[in-house]
Amino acid sequence: MATPIDAGHEAGQITDVVQPLGPEQKRSSIAKRLRPIDGLVRVLLLLCGIVSIVVTVGLVIVLGTEALTFFAKPEVGILEFLFSTTWQPVAGEFGILPLLNATLVTSFWAMVVALPLGFGAAIYLSEYAKPATRDRLKPILEVLAGIPTVTYGFFALTFMTPILRGIFGQDTVQIYNMLSAGLVMGIMILPTIASMSEDALRAVPLSLREASYGLGATKFETVAKVVFPAALSGLIAATLVGVARAVGETMIVALASGAGPVRELTVIPFGSGETITGHIARISGGDLSYGSIDYQSLFALGLYLFIFTLGLNLLSQRITKRFREVYQ
Amino acid sequence: MATEIRDPKTMSTVEMMKDEALFRQGLRARHRRGTLWKRFFQLALAIAFLALIALFFNIVNAAFGYIIENYAVDPQTLAPDGDLSALSEEALVDILLTNQSNRLPVYIRDYLFAGDASQFTSQPMYQALPNATLPEGTADLTVRDLTPEQQAQILIDNMDQRQLVSVVEAQVVSPSVLKTYSLMESIFNRAAIEQEYQEQFAAQGAVLRFYSWVNIDFITSPMSSNPAATGVRTAIQGTLWVVVLTILIAFPIGVGAAIYLEEYSSHEENSLTARISRIIETNIRNLAGVPSIIYGLLGLAIFVRVLSDITGGRTIISASLTMALLILPVIIINAQEAIRAVPSSMRDGSFGLGATRWQTVYKIVLPSALPGILTGTILGMSRAVGETAPLIIIGASTFILTDPSGPLSKFTVLPILVYNWTSRPQQPFRDAAAAGIIVLLIILLILNATAIIVRQRARRRLAS
Repeated sequence: MATPIDAGHEAGQITDVVQPLGPEQKRSSIAKRLRPIDGLVRVLLLLCGIVSIVVTVGLVIVLGTEALTFFAKPEVGILEFLFSTTWQPVAGEFGILPLLNATLVTSFWAMVVALPLGFGAAIYLSEYAKPATRDRLKPILEVLAGIPTVTYGFFALTFMTPILRGIFGQDTVQIYNMLSAGLVMGIMILPTIASMSEDALRAVPLSLREASYGLGATKFETVAKVVFPAALSGLIAATLVGVARAVGETMIVALASGAGPVRELTVIPFGSGETITGHIARISGGDLSYGSIDYQSLFALGLYLFIFTLGLNLLSQRITKRFREVYQ
Repeated sequence: MATEIRDPKTMSTVEMMKDEALFRQGLRARHRRGTLWKRFFQLALAIAFLALIALFFNIVNAAFGYIIENYAVDPQTLAPDGDLSALSEEALVDILLTNQSNRLPVYIRDYLFAGDASQFTSQPMYQALPNATLPEGTADLTVRDLTPEQQAQILIDNMDQRQLVSVVEAQVVSPSVLKTYSLMESIFNRAAIEQEYQEQFAAQGAVLRFYSWVNIDFITSPMSSNPAATGVRTAIQGTLWVVVLTILIAFPIGVGAAIYLEEYSSHEENSLTARISRIIETNIRNLAGVPSIIYGLLGLAIFVRVLSDITGGRTIISASLTMALLILPVIIINAQEAIRAVPSSMRDGSFGLGATRWQTVYKIVLPSALPGILTGTILGMSRAVGETAPLIIIGASTFILTDPSGPLSKFTVLPILVYNWTSRPQQPFRDAAAAGIIVLLIILLILNATAIIVRQRARRRLAS
């Protein structure tokens, strides 16, 4: 423990050191001596941050210019691209609707699986499970989320498809079909939806639940009528992110959903149908010459996909933001 | 049923008892409904769990089981006990020479030639194989002008014994899988399998044996158009090359961006730096949601096409750059969270001692955020190992026999092989795909286990 004399002595020492240096100009010289490194580092770090912006700008430019040259060709008009119902590059027909049709059908069935199961799992984990149980159960979802998508593709083709063909008949269900791809995609998305939904449910303040119990509601009534509605915006955000993932998923549909776009627009999922992503993967797998119309059509499809998923993600972020403001 | 709510004071005892009974009845129904829904919520998790089990079961089921195999040339006649790996290089090349002398140029091309396959026969040997040892007087000739003996000499001089074994195995012995059975069939239906074998296959000299598609040969041989002889060595090496380069590119940039956003951006609203940070941050969130296949298109247009002079086109470095952009958001977001979790008292203490901002970041913040940053990095690595779509787009080779030798070589990766094999209709290739998936999952398991160990070590070191 320092005695007052020691303290005074130390203080005296400090003034001894500081005063000869002079108060004003010396302090600024220290700052000057240290700044170059710090300034350089700051600039370097800023550059690292800007890389992400460069990537986005690069994406927009690449997709945009190639898509523009595509639309500038006499064979394709942007209206034909958006609304025509045939996609036959060989015949010069580039209508995205058949590809979009397959994308929407597979995504729909993915959501049929992922939404009830994802919400159900999230509600159980957040409302019913004890912390210890939750810690034990959550790795199931984490493992599901960590499995490479090509594995899910293998699963769809060699496990789900035979089962579906067994249930609905070999004649009804084709070997490559949208239903199998969609259902397995649902399992793949389930962890995303479950974990986002769980976050949303847990963000609902405890006081709301307690008020509900206080009014005599049962656990389930509290969950269904108080917690669920309160977390609704978060759940919707999770759903949108899930849809965006389903629309952008490639490997499952490339393996299980078949090649060649649907002939007629359909909602029946038993036939094969090539999605937007599946088509991009199949076409670019071969030897594609740069500057060919097929090459450019990939970028038009990519741009469409980019805008589609970006829109969903932006909407989801906006909803999440609003919901955060309510409870914090 | 809507019952009128009445003040209990105005009710007679009988009425109150009735009301109570009614309430209890309703309560039971409500609890029943609650239990039923709780069961449903549990069921959701149970289904997820079942799906996981089915997924693994399906893979194991395909990767092991009986196969019926036939040889073009019985290995017993080529080597004592059929053990080819015991033979010398000369003996192996001799086998090739006696059995397939007209195919020797193909092996030279597949195993030694690095350029465009269609130009191989038109180039003189010194140009086609600049690094190879060539027999006397052959340097100016094209491969077509050489005698089979000279071609054989090139194989002896330039290939190692292990490569020659795999060539002989795949091309001379040429095992062809006639039929495969799943693990379940093999266990529960053995009698039927043996009967089928005796009736249909035994006469042609085929062999029935239990086979594990994942085995040492599978891991150590290059791929082959014959499913029984195919392997994943080139793909494992390709995967390692791509992942390591990806991390080398993405880690510094990602962590740098995270440091900038958390430590350097100003907290004043509406200042320029604050606005830049906000833009970067929103941008990263959006990039994280962009489908991976679109990164593939970006990589195809920029790294493969525009920068082809630097990257060499469809090469490892193009793939790594593309993957680096893909996992950048994962690394940044996780690093940001790790940095944010460092208590500000530690920063204040450092500033109070007179450290500059960079000294504080480098010596105080980064060390304690390191476990979290590493976890995020390994998450990103796992993603890079498993991603397939972008690499299909930028054109990873689906058939390649030479091991990658550097960032500028052509390559393939495990998921691409799995995709390629799964999409073929022959069952033996599907079984090989299942084996490939097992190898892929084991690599992921090792990565994640390392992540957990590294994190715990770092935590313990910080705590002490």
